[in-house]
Amino acid sequence: MNTIAIKAENFNHFFGKFQTLKNINLEVQRNEILGIIGPSGSGKSTFLRSLNRLNDLVPDSRVEGSLTIDGKNIYAAGTSIIELRRKLGIVFATPVPLPRSIYENIIFGPKMAGVKDKITLDKLVRQSLEDTAIWEEVKDRLSTSALKLSGGQQQRLCIARILALKPDFILLDEPCSGLDPISTMKIEESLRMLKKDYTIIIVTNNTKQAARVADRTAFFLNGEIIEIGYTEKIFTVPKDRRTNDYISGRFG
Amino acid sequence: MKFNNPRIEQKIMLGILWIFTIITVFILLFIILYILKKGLPVISYNFLMTNPVDMGKSGGIFSTIIGTVVLTIGAILIATPLGIGTAIYLTEYTLENKFTRIVKFGSECLAGIPSIIFGLFGFILFVIKLQFGWSILSGSLTLAIMILPTIIRTSEEAIKSVPYIHREVSYSLGSTKWQTVTRVVLPSAIPGIMTGIVLSIGRSIGETAAVIFTAGAVLRIPTSLFSSSRTMAVHFYILAREGISMPNAYGTAAILIIIILIINMVTYILMNRFIKKYS
Repeated sequence: MNTIAIKAENFNHFFGKFQTLKNINLEVQRNEILGIIGPSGSGKSTFLRSLNRLNDLVPDSRVEGSLTIDGKNIYAAGTSIIELRRKLGIVFATPVPLPRSIYENIIFGPKMAGVKDKITLDKLVRQSLEDTAIWEEVKDRLSTSALKLSGGQQQRLCIARILALKPDFILLDEPCSGLDPISTMKIEESLRMLKKDYTIIIVTNNTKQAARVADRTAFFLNGEIIEIGYTEKIFTVPKDRRTNDYISGRFG
Repeated sequence: MKFNNPRIEQKIMLGILWIFTIITVFILLFIILYILKKGLPVISYNFLMTNPVDMGKSGGIFSTIIGTVVLTIGAILIATPLGIGTAIYLTEYTLENKFTRIVKFGSECLAGIPSIIFGLFGFILFVIKLQFGWSILSGSLTLAIMILPTIIRTSEEAIKSVPYIHREVSYSLGSTKWQTVTRVVLPSAIPGIMTGIVLSIGRSIGETAAVIFTAGAVLRIPTSLFSSSRTMAVHFYILAREGISMPNAYGTAAILIIIILIINMVTYILMNRFIKKYS
């Protein structure tokens, strides 16, 4: 099933006069993991945040070109940003549990969407926590504060929190940048499992992480895509010298 | 002053800071204990539960307690929604611009105006112009205007101190702006907002100048919004100034202090519970 889920055509993004994304052309296949690598300031996160229109929160954010998700231009007038954000869940670089219980964190999204039934919510909580392999660790303390969890657990909770909204896409913005190797490994394992049901885009500063989890990898530099292709190819026989320089650690 | 030995310098400075602290605490304790010592002997069940007799020379202070409570509740009920609403608008719904700067500057100026000016303003506007007369209504409105800047300011600070990323998380989970404000921002800001409200309650309870001009000083239990009423602070002022009864004045002052202490303690306990629930 190799349908195209996301398609960017000549997509540009600006913060005021500053152009952060230049002529992005990119396709994301359904149920793949796309890794996005590149030095900081290369527009990786901006691209990710363009997908669920989180950049709209910045007053002078502006886009040109087209960005379609499931065949619909998400910047077309009449797009429901709320629906869009429910469909594309995002996980940030630092785990950000809201200051409330584990249970309340998971049901936050569904509750805002109007789900009130206790049994449905209970099920959602259990299902999402199981899908991120954290259920066993927290099932006896769902009512304790999410802030008391370890960093790795908090980040998996944040992934579970977006799963509770039954999204189609999972966007991850350097999700392991502050985590220890074991927590990182657990999250990567979860991602491989989640790939069955979701399309995943992971922005990472750690090229090795992209090599480990991504089916395809895109290399961003100064707001442009330099190269995109199957991860093995990118990491073994990159076409562009700059890609090679970056992944072999010569700059970045 | 220059010391050659940093360790001695350290010790001397520590000593000075310690003395400053002791002086502050001493002044505070002295005032409270002095008033309690003078006032407590007067306080009895009768003093609390009967109305003043003979201008307050004898009898209790019941009607002034009711007056204080009603007037303060009125002021808080008016000022809190206005203040929090303004703060939410200023922080969440507009960017910093000329208008918000004017509102902020205005409310800061308002905070620095002596309360007697508010009293005069309330007298002219509410008592005379709007013909509310000397009444609970005029008094509450005047007090509300007086405490509004405090509530706006503290609410604004409290709302601003909620990390921006919490709002981002909320939006990214498909919340509307209003949901984000009410479910994410306000719960985290409530302890700070409450601090402002408690401060305002304290100011309202202790206020005399603004109240005497607008709520009057009638020594009866108010029966409607348009009844005039005397608060404890005003009662204390009149008892002491007219030399009616110093013991009763101290008794009133002691009750005032005790009430404010209780309010602070109860809020503190409630806040701790609330914070525990949300962290």
